[in-house]
Amino acid sequence: MIDRYRWWEYVLIYLGLGLLLVFVLAPFVEAFLVSLRPLDGLFSIPYRFVTEGMSFDAYFTMWKSVPLLWRYMLNSFFIAAAVTVLGLMAIIPASYAFSRFEFKGRNVMMGCFLAVNMVSGAVLIIPLYKVMQNLGLLNTYFAMIAPGVAFVIPTGIWLLRSYLMKIPPELEEAALVDGAGRLYTLVRVIIPVAMPGIMVVAITTFIAAYAQQFLYALTFNSVNELNPLPVGLYQFFGRQHVVWNELMAASLVGILPVLLLYVFLQKYIVAGLTAGAVKS
Amino acid sequence: MSQPSKPIDWFPYLLLVPAVVITLVIVAWPLAETLRLSFTDASMNPETHYVGLENYQKMFARNFPEVVGRTFAWMVIGVTLKMVVGLLAAVLLNAAVPGRTLMRILIMPPWIVPIAIGVFIWGWMYNGQFGMISGLGQRIGLLSGPFEFLAFKNSAFMATIVTDVWIGTPLVAVYLLAAMQSVPRDLYEAAWTDGASRFYRFRRITMPMIMPAMATMSLLSAIWTFNSFDIIWILTEGGPRNATTTMIIDTYKTAISRFRYGEGSARAVMIVIFLTIFSLLYFAMIRKLSKKGAM
Repeated sequence: MIDRYRWWEYVLIYLGLGLLLVFVLAPFVEAFLVSLRPLDGLFSIPYRFVTEGMSFDAYFTMWKSVPLLWRYMLNSFFIAAAVTVLGLMAIIPASYAFSRFEFKGRNVMMGCFLAVNMVSGAVLIIPLYKVMQNLGLLNTYFAMIAPGVAFVIPTGIWLLRSYLMKIPPELEEAALVDGAGRLYTLVRVIIPVAMPGIMVVAITTFIAAYAQQFLYALTFNSVNELNPLPVGLYQFFGRQHVVWNELMAASLVGILPVLLLYVFLQKYIVAGLTAGAVKS
Repeated sequence: MSQPSKPIDWFPYLLLVPAVVITLVIVAWPLAETLRLSFTDASMNPETHYVGLENYQKMFARNFPEVVGRTFAWMVIGVTLKMVVGLLAAVLLNAAVPGRTLMRILIMPPWIVPIAIGVFIWGWMYNGQFGMISGLGQRIGLLSGPFEFLAFKNSAFMATIVTDVWIGTPLVAVYLLAAMQSVPRDLYEAAWTDGASRFYRFRRITMPMIMPAMATMSLLSAIWTFNSFDIIWILTEGGPRNATTTMIIDTYKTAISRFRYGEGSARAVMIVIFLTIFSLLYFAMIRKLSKKGAM
């Protein structure tokens, strides 16, 4: 009964939700409509939602105009996956250390990791650019992966540490009494038990790494074959004649995989994003 | 009595090696190097000299104070809008009405898709001749003719903020929603039995209970907004006539577009100084809140 609303409260709630969804989804709807319009219909005045001759043609012709679209999508996935795997290799042992051991400098180190969140890639870009240039690493996947890894570590440690703290220590004590080594215990006892938590960290890391590939690729890479999706498509914007319908079609096709991923894994993603909001 | 000193256990330190090495190489060393470069005339020229504070003097002699003011205006307006819209969205998504699960899923895409792709679409929407906003504005009579949002100083400034709000609000909303859902239900039921109205329950129970989450989120959001690069770069590259040049954009333009590494580094150092003040505020606030037992 506490959850019962009067009729005008229903109206207000749905009106508010409706406005919110219009704001959130309008760009996607617009992108879809643009992708369906023929180019001359696109530039019609006055503005209309539905124009004559709408078709899915752009979804076929775009593969010619953006010949590397597949490459860009694969590159984006590869870079985000590499950041996730490398990130986890640092995050898992570090959060295990922070959750289980008392050692000198523990709190200071945790604070330093969290402080990394205050720095952004753009601030460090000058020395990174110079060192990549000197080591001949410009125009490699490595240049686009490594900076990303450093910036996913702090949040990852923060998330996984609180998860590991909930696992009873008796579990690994039993393994240690049985004579298992400490590293063996981490790999064979802790990691399997912590799998749900690791999944949450892995998926949030992947989504973050996928969403933020623009700056490093724009700065460190000029080989088109290596470009991730955002920079691959960005080149088409500076042109004299932007083929908007094909570009919107390519953008939508490009984001489809990650949207599907979100729909299937949204429980994990929301859990990862909101971990700090819930008191434990 | 001195305690028998235990041998140091190296195992936890070994576990930290990968994370520490990556952070040192990618974050700590570049940070120190940025500071050093800020005192040099580093450029494409392989020869560099120490020039003392010259880069800082030049920077202040140019338009730097203006850039700082603009950065803070951009951040404060953006964060305020994100928090207000995000809080409203969280309240609506928390209401027990049919369809809310679907709504909760539908609100996230702006945050999920690559930032740059969302911004491409906004770039088209702001187009004066053919874009949706100018087009609809003319249809309902708000605009008398085509309006090129990104071509004028004030409208470009607001347009970049609106896009930033679009990208940032979903996270604020789900974060605050999670905080609301963790408020014990018996608090509401007790208040309800006493006849408290819905608004009263929101003001006296929900708001105080989600205050720690609001504080954390607004500071995180402030830091992210301060550091925002993609949105402005793709929409305006800092223009028109510097109207959207924030500190990050100014640093990038100086260092990467004009190859003035030294002068760019001085700007990056100023960003770090401002962000350090932020982080200190952040930790002070967290500490204060956790002392009160609120977190």
